[in-house]
Amino acid sequence: MVNQAISPLLQIVDLCVSVEDQQILKGVNLTVNAGEVHAIMGPNGSGKSTLANSLAGRPEYSVVSGEVLYRGEDLLALEPEDRARRGLFLAFQYPMELPGVRAWQFLKAAVDAKRQHNGEEEMSAREFDQFLKDKVSQVDIDPELSRRNVNEGFSGGEKKRNEILQMAMLEPDLALLDETDSGLDIDALRIVSEGVNKLRNPSNAVVLVTHYQRILNYITPDFVHVLVDGRIVRSGGADLAHELEEKGYDWIREMVS
Amino acid sequence: MAEISSKYPQYTHDYHLVGSDKTETTLLEEMRQPAWTVFNNIGLPTARRGNEKWKYTDVRPIANKTFVYAPNVSIDRGLELKSLENFTPNSDDWINLVFIDGVYQPRANKKILDSVEVSTLHEALENHEELVKKYLGREADYSEDGFTALNTAFIEDGAFVLASESSEENTVVNLVFLTSGQVSDCVTYPRVLLIAQPGSHLSVIENYVSLCESSSLTNSVTEIYVEENATIKHYRICLEKAHGFHVGVSRVCQEADSTFISASFALGAAIGRNDFHVLLDGEGANCELSGLYLTLNDQHQDNFISIDHAKPNGTSRLFYKGILDGSSKAVFGGNVIVRKNAQKTDAQQTDKNLLLSDSAEIDSKPSLLIYADDVVCGHGATAGHIDEDTLFYMRSRGLDAETASRILIHAFAAEILDKVDLLPLGEFLNNIYDEYIPSATLSFGSVQ
Repeated sequence: MVNQAISPLLQIVDLCVSVEDQQILKGVNLTVNAGEVHAIMGPNGSGKSTLANSLAGRPEYSVVSGEVLYRGEDLLALEPEDRARRGLFLAFQYPMELPGVRAWQFLKAAVDAKRQHNGEEEMSAREFDQFLKDKVSQVDIDPELSRRNVNEGFSGGEKKRNEILQMAMLEPDLALLDETDSGLDIDALRIVSEGVNKLRNPSNAVVLVTHYQRILNYITPDFVHVLVDGRIVRSGGADLAHELEEKGYDWIREMVS
Repeated sequence: MAEISSKYPQYTHDYHLVGSDKTETTLLEEMRQPAWTVFNNIGLPTARRGNEKWKYTDVRPIANKTFVYAPNVSIDRGLELKSLENFTPNSDDWINLVFIDGVYQPRANKKILDSVEVSTLHEALENHEELVKKYLGREADYSEDGFTALNTAFIEDGAFVLASESSEENTVVNLVFLTSGQVSDCVTYPRVLLIAQPGSHLSVIENYVSLCESSSLTNSVTEIYVEENATIKHYRICLEKAHGFHVGVSRVCQEADSTFISASFALGAAIGRNDFHVLLDGEGANCELSGLYLTLNDQHQDNFISIDHAKPNGTSRLFYKGILDGSSKAVFGGNVIVRKNAQKTDAQQTDKNLLLSDSAEIDSKPSLLIYADDVVCGHGATAGHIDEDTLFYMRSRGLDAETASRILIHAFAAEILDKVDLLPLGEFLNNIYDEYIPSATLSFGSVQ
C-alpha cells in the first residue's frame, strides 16, 4: 500500500524514451516531492521537452524502458486524460488552437472531467462562471481571452498566458511547464511567473523546463538539473542556474565529456 | 419515346393517373405534358461519361428502382400530423404549410398574415393566376435535366409563397414535405414557388423529412424569385433515412439590390443531391449560400452549387462544410460564373471537409469562370482529419478522446450551424447533429 504522505510525488527511474526510432532520453532519474520547484535546464535538443511530453503521455513519444511513479502509481500505464485527471498538467511549449471551440466550453469539460474522477458533481454553469472569473483575476489575464475560442488567433504570449489560466482552473498537483518562458516579452514573463507563484503551495510541485535562466529570476527553484544528451548530468540549487547563465552550456558539456 | 417509357413503366403508369380526376387545373396540365415528353427523351442522367454535372454521382440505384407515386395511394395522412413536431422544427409564430406523402394537409395551417400569402399552388392559381403563369417553371429549365423534367411532369400541387412589401423581417414560413413511410418505395415531387416582391422580407424553411425505412425518392424543385430590394433568408433541411434518395433542385433569381441568404443542411440520404443555382440578374445583388453535409456509412451526398453573376456590383459568398465518416462519399461542385459585364463583382467560395475515417472520400471542385476584368474573386477547398496534436492537447486537459473529438467536430459544424438565426430551428438542428455525430466518432476511437 502506498502512503501518499511519505512517497514522493514523482519518481522517475532510468527513463529512456525515443521519438520516431531515435532515442532522446537515455536514462533520466529524478525525484520530485510536494512543495518543490525543479528547473530542468539544458541546451536545444537535450531532451527537455521530450521529458515533459512523455510524462504527459504524448502518443508519439514511446517509452523504451524505465519507470515513472506518480504518487506511487505507474504513470506510464495511464492514458493522457487519466494522468490529467489525477492532477498532472503540462503547459505546452506550443499550445494548440482549437478552432470554433469556446474557451468556456473547453475549460468546463476539463474541470468537470477532473471533478467526475474525484467523485464530485459537475459544476453548474453559474458556479463555473464564478470559478472562471475568480481564476482569471487570480492569474491576472485579460478576461477577453476566456471569452474567445481556445487559442484561436492568439499571439504567442496570449497562448502562454492561457496555459497558465488553464493550469489555475485545473489546480494540478504536478505542473510541467515546457518552455513557457520562450517567446515572452518581459511583461508577459512577469505575468506568467506571478501566475505560477500564486498557484504554488506545499502540496503541489512544479517542474519547469527552460533553456534560459531568465524565468528563474521570477520563479525561484529549489533544485536545478542540467539535461545534456538525454541524461541529467548535474543537479544543484538555484545557484547552478546562475553559473550556467554565466558560463554557458559548453561549460557543462566540457565537464561531462 | 417508347424506349424510355418502357424503361420506366411505373412512372408512365403513374403519370397517366396524375390529375385524371380533376378538370380545372389547365395550367399545370399544360406544364406536365411537355415535361413528360422531355423526360421520355432524356430519362435520368445515368450516363456519366462526358456529363460534368453528374461526374461523381451514380444515379443508377435511383433509375433502376421502381417507385410508386405516393399521392395515388390512398392512406390516412393525418396520422403524422399530430407528432409532426417530433421530426420537424416548429414554432407557434411560424406559418406552416404541410404536405404528407405529397398531399397537402390543410389542418396544419394555423397562422394567416396579410403581408405574406402561403397557400397551395392550386389556391394560387385561383388568386394569382398571372403570377403563377409568369414564374412557375421560368427558372426551372428541364430541357437537359431529367429530374427536373420528371418533377415538372408530376406537378399536381405544391407550395406557393408570396411576400409583399409590407412583410416583416421576423415572418417565418415553414414548409414541410414529409415522407411518412406508410407507402413503401414511394416517390414524391415537392414543388415550391416563392416570390418576394420588391422591398419584401421573409424567412423561409424548406423541410424534406423522411420517416420511410424502405426505399424512397424525394425529387423536389424549388423556384425563388427575389425582386428588387427584397431580402430572403432561406433554410433547406434534408433529413432522409438510410434507404432514402433525395434529388433537390433549387433555382433562385435575384433582381437589383436584393439579398438572398441561404443555409442547407443535408443528412442521412443513401444518395443525396443538392443542386442549387442562383442567378444574380440585377445590379448590386448579394447572395450568401452556406451548407453543412454529414455523411455516414456508405452514404453519398452531392452538392452541385452554382452562382451566376450576370450583372455588375454583385457579391456572393459560397461556404460549405462537410463531415464524412465510414466509407461515405461527398461531392462539392462549386461553380461561380462572372459574366463579361458583371464588373465589380466580389465572389468567394470555400469548401472545408473533415474526414473521420480513412475510407471516406470527398471530391471537392470549386471553380471560377471569370469573363469580367475588374473583380475580386477567390476560392479554396480543404480536407483534413482531426489533428492528433490537437487531440492530445485536449486529452492532456482531462478530456477523453471521444469527448475531445466530438467537441472538435461540433466546433467544425458550428461555423455553419451558427448562421441559423431562428432559435427553434437552431435548436432543432443542433439536436439532430448531436444525435448523429456521436455515432460518427465511434470509428474514430481507434485513431490515437
